[in-house]
Formats: sequence, structure tokens, C-alpha cells
Amino acid sequence: MCGKIMGEGELPGLLVDEIGGKHGILHGHVAFLKKHFYLITMKEFLEDRKRMSKKVQAIYLWWHKPVIDQELLQSLPNLKVIANSGVGMDHLDLKLVASFGVKMANAPRAVSSSTADTGMALLLASARRLVEGYHIAVSSGMEYSEADILGVEVTGATLGIIGMGSIGYKIALRAKAFEMNILYHNRTRRKEQEERAVGATYCEKIDGLLQRADFVMVVVSLTPQTHKLIGKREMELMKPTATLINISRGAVVDQEALVTALQTGVIRAAALDVTYPEPLPRDHTLLKLKNVIITPHLGIKTDKATYMITEEAVENILAALNGLPIPSEVLPS
Amino acid sequence: MLRSKAFSLLKPIPLMSGQSNLAYKFIRPAIASHGHCCHRRSVDYRQRYKTHPGSAGGRTISAPQTKVMAEEELPGVLILDIGGTHGVLENLAALLKKHFRLITMKEFLQNKKEMSKKIQAVFVFECRPIIDRELLESLPNLKVIGNSGVGVDHLDLKMISSFGVKVTNTPHAVADSTADIGMALMLASARRLVEGCQIAVSPDTKYFAVDWLGVEVTRATLGIIGMGSIGYRVAQRARAFDMRILYHNRNRRKEEEEAVGAHYCEKMEDLLQQSDFVMVVVSLTPETHKLIGKKELGLMKPTATLINISRGAVIDQDALVEALQSKVIRAAALDVTYPEPLPRDHPLLKLNNIIITPHIGTATVQAIRMMAEEAITNMLAVLNGQPIPSEVFPK
Repeated sequence: MCGKIMGEGELPGLLVDEIGGKHGILHGHVAFLKKHFYLITMKEFLEDRKRMSKKVQAIYLWWHKPVIDQELLQSLPNLKVIANSGVGMDHLDLKLVASFGVKMANAPRAVSSSTADTGMALLLASARRLVEGYHIAVSSGMEYSEADILGVEVTGATLGIIGMGSIGYKIALRAKAFEMNILYHNRTRRKEQEERAVGATYCEKIDGLLQRADFVMVVVSLTPQTHKLIGKREMELMKPTATLINISRGAVVDQEALVTALQTGVIRAAALDVTYPEPLPRDHTLLKLKNVIITPHLGIKTDKATYMITEEAVENILAALNGLPIPSEVLPS
Repeated sequence: MLRSKAFSLLKPIPLMSGQSNLAYKFIRPAIASHGHCCHRRSVDYRQRYKTHPGSAGGRTISAPQTKVMAEEELPGVLILDIGGTHGVLENLAALLKKHFRLITMKEFLQNKKEMSKKIQAVFVFECRPIIDRELLESLPNLKVIGNSGVGVDHLDLKMISSFGVKVTNTPHAVADSTADIGMALMLASARRLVEGCQIAVSPDTKYFAVDWLGVEVTRATLGIIGMGSIGYRVAQRARAFDMRILYHNRNRRKEEEEAVGAHYCEKMEDLLQQSDFVMVVVSLTPETHKLIGKKELGLMKPTATLINISRGAVIDQDALVEALQSKVIRAAALDVTYPEPLPRDHPLLKLNNIIITPHIGTATVQAIRMMAEEAITNMLAVLNGQPIPSEVFPK
């Protein structure tokens, strides 16, 4: 028992989808959450709605679950805040949630470094044909020639970053150490100081970036404006020796156009940490192409990053419940 | 390029000193070995060597201009072959032809009397042709062996020197690409990229588990063993990931330390105990043979990752197998092994906490070209009696 004996009714109720299992809250985070909240799983909530519904003051979304809909919002009269694990909010109907007077927060600080690392890992793995090389090194009796392992140089190459938010900027910082020439395209131009710190050149038009880059890294949030941002036209503007890396959301890239571009050599290769859907259907053409690597949404999947996300979410929730400014509040646009 | 069956024909062939191996080059089956490797030698020529203190700096290596000469007037350079399994790539042959008369091993053997006098240089690409006493004795005008790549552990430096022949390598052309591979392997291992790719395409995958995690690279501690020009570039890159950098080196490098914020560990033990990632970036010498063995692996954290981009023999592979099996360390990533490639039944190939790549440290179109250009520059410097940018001496 803890020092201060608190009745379970004294800690604010935090609704989560489940603990452990396929999509549940990580076991290692439970103790930390229980320090601040009375944890209620969806199962417990549904089994005893009458009692539980009033207790829930906050929801912690872990990998987009539980699903927030009208019905759920209506059944939680004391809900004050929904905290999202991660930075993407495209799975939430922000307007709907706001209409119930419920605040929303994401976790931008915790995700940016790990996601930037994922972007660099994919860029390097694709450029140097690491996965193909691995299969050659460990497979039995595999025939191969020089052409099968020769990759392209990363040091000194041109990287075009589409979306220079906090993740994009961290990618620029890392790429600079590889002496990469950095171009970027963003809704708004960054401060001159920030550009100079990473040696980045602003491309007002995305076309200019696409035509000059050896590596195109997409780091935008998914919105109606960025849906299928990279399609047939954009890929055809890219160099045939260029690589496309997507660490945003699958729907930002036109997947059918990508298949064609990869098959016909319009671009050299692609590396995708995200697809639409996730996972792809097992018979999808992208899974069969040699010049694409797909990873299972590695994004922030490290021990440290996931823990930091929960810490950041708790910070946001406590601020909301205490009527203080929420560090990472997200408002409907 | 011709394809070749890589592994089913792999047979170790012991080489005894003094034994003629010219015939063996043609009789042994074609085996793909795309790396700077000497996988089948049981007699090895690992030796002490140091690079000339006057090694030229600067990254860009371009082959110097020579006046247009008739092919016959150009100095002869011996190569194994053009194209084929182990030959020089076609575009590199074209580069060489600008400055040399190319003589393949086949042409040489078919007409030794005439050819032997013409050969003033040998261009060694991916460890071939093999330089032995018999070859050296048959090339009276040989002045230089220009190696493509920085490692020269496959060359008997003392023996070559006894013939008055110089040896050069290509330290500048390899540095960036090799540092990049070190970073690629560290990131791939930490984030379980290869495993992840398998999950992403597996027919059995129905969902991506959320409790499937890797380890963080940003702000982790990287211990670099061997802070030469490659190790230093690794440090420069790692710094951008906010990594805490420790290094162990024969000599302390104060200036470089400050530039990348690295901490010198006089004792390798200290580095091993504190690091989340240990990257080995040394040259292979008698001192570094099995540098990382059971003791060193035991000193590492159980959550740590070992990355080797040096030479396979720098790590005690049997000790590594044991350490990975019993989770003494978390994982390993190797671009180099001993031999290369490993026998198909080697226990390292069965582990799931290891990534192995087929010595792709400099396997980029650009790096291979730069190595050839650097080798050409070095060979021409020797032949023209000019200062040699990257000469290698036996200790």
C-alpha cells in the first residue's frame, strides 16, 4: 500500500482501451499511470457503465485506441481531456471532441527524436541495400553479382525534406552530419537562424525540391491537404536515381502510383515505415517489389520513447484536470 | 557481370608459404566474394604497418592528368581480370586505361616473357590478384602494388618490401562510405529494422504488435574502438544523434575529441562497461586479432549492441556466438566476418539477434570509383618519383 492511503475514488479515472495484448498499454507503464490515475479499461467500463462513466475524467489513447465516437463522448459526462500517444491526430474527429468541451493533447516532444532516427535508419538501409545484403549474407546458395549489392552514397548527397516540423528539423540535424545538402519544403518558411544551423535551403515550390533531391523524405502530418501529396506527378519529377522515404502516414503517398514508379524505374527505390492500411493486405504488390523496404511502423517503438510518450501524456492530462495550460494542446483547425 | 554460385562451392584451401598458387587461381571454383576479404587463407599476412605520416589530406581524389600516350608507351598495370566474377568493373578498367596499359593475369601467363618486363604496377581489387613470392619474382620492373581499399592485411608487406616494391592503399576514398555503413548497421540493429521488414512482408502477419520495441539511439552512449579517420567520421555522425561518445585508441586525439565532444577511455574496459553501442573500427594487426573476445563481451552491458566494420578476425567469433546465444549482449551487427562469406552451417547465421551484411562498407558506385582514382594517383606518384599520398610500410 502507498504511504497515503487513498480510496480509489480519489484518483481521477483514466480510461484506456486495454492493458497488454495486441494494442494495449505497455505493462511497464502501468505502475506509473496508477500513481496518478484510477485505471479503467474499456472492458471494465462496458461491464459497469453506470458506475464507471462518471469516474472517467481523461482518456489515454494508445495507438489510436479506444475509438472516440459520438456515443462514447456522450456516455462520459465528466470527461475533460483526451491525451494521444504520439503526434499524429488524423484518427480523431477534433471538431466533434471539441464540441463536447473536451480538450485534446498529443505528445510531440517525446516522438521527434525516435521518429527522426527511424527516418535516418530507413534512408541508410535503402541507400546501402542493407536488407538485400543481409539476405545475401545469410541465405544458402544464393547467387549474386556486384550489381546486387552496389548501393548509392549518402555522404554528400542531397536530401529533400517535405515537412520541416520538429521531426523534419531533427532529421536535418542528423543529415547535416553526413554532409548532406539539405533542401526543404514547408507550409511556412523557418527562421533564417534555424535554416543556417542545418544548412537548409527553402524550396517554396515542392517541384524544385523533387527535381534536385537524391533522397526525398516525407515528414508531414496527414490532413486533407497532404492526402496523396506524393503522386504520379511528384514521382515523375524526382530523379530516376532518387529514393523516397515516408515516415508520415501511408495516405500521404499515392500507393498505386508508387508501385508503378518503382516497377518502371521512375525512381530508384522507396522505404516506407507507414502504409495504408497497416499492415498491407498480404497480396499487395508493394510487398513483392525488390526496390522497396517496408517496416512495421517503427516510428517511436523504443523502450525509452514509448515511456516518454506516456510521461508526456500524463503531464498533459494532469494540466488539463488542474485547470492549467496544457503543454501540447491540439485545437481543431 | 557474370553471376556465380556463392556458397555451395566454398572450400577452405590452406596455403603454405612458398607454394605456388598461380595455378590455383584458375582451378579453384568461381566463388563470389564481393568484399575486401581473404576468406580462404590459413596463412595470413597480418602485419604491423603504419601509413606514411605524409599522407595527403582532403576528401576529393581525382586521377591526375597525363598526356595522351600510345597504349604501348603507358606503364603496364597487372589486374586479375576485367569483368567476370572477381575482375575489375568495366568502368574502373576504363579509368585505369587512361593512365596504364592494362594487362590481365591471363594475358600475362600466356606471354610471360614479353609481359613480365612491361608490368610496373599491380592494381589489387577486392584482394585480387593474390601477391605471392612467385609473382613478385616474375615481375622485374614492378615498382608498386596499388590496393583498392584501406585494409592491407591480405598483403605480406615484409615480403613485398624485400623486393623493393612499394604498397599503397586508399584511406580517403573509403572513410565516408564505411562510416555510413557503421551508422546504418547501428540504426538497423537498434531499431530491429531487418526483423521489422520480415514482419512487414510475412504472409502470417495480421497486425503490428505495439509491444514490439527496439532500443533508442538518440542520447545513447556509443563507444568507438579505433578512432582513425573512419572512426572519427562515425563520431561526427553520432554526435548529431545527441549520442554520448566514448573512444579508445592507441593514441589519444585531443583535437578531434574536442571537435566531436568525445571522451577518451584509456582503458578499453571502461568503454565496454559504459557503452550502449560498441563500434569496432580498427585495422587488423597482430595486436587487434581477437581484440573482442569472451572477456570483452562479458564486460559489455547486457542491453548493448556490438557493431564490427573492421575485419572479421578482430572479433572472436566463437565467443560472440556464445555471448549472443546466452544474451550476454543484446545483439550484434557485422559487415565483416572470418571467413567471408561464412560457411552456410555457421551458428552465427542461425541467431536472430544478429545482422550480417556481405562486406558492403564501400559498396557504392561512387566509393568504388573514388578508390580506383585514389589507387591510380598513388601508383602514378610512385612511377613518376613523386611524393606518395598513401604509402603503407611494414612495421
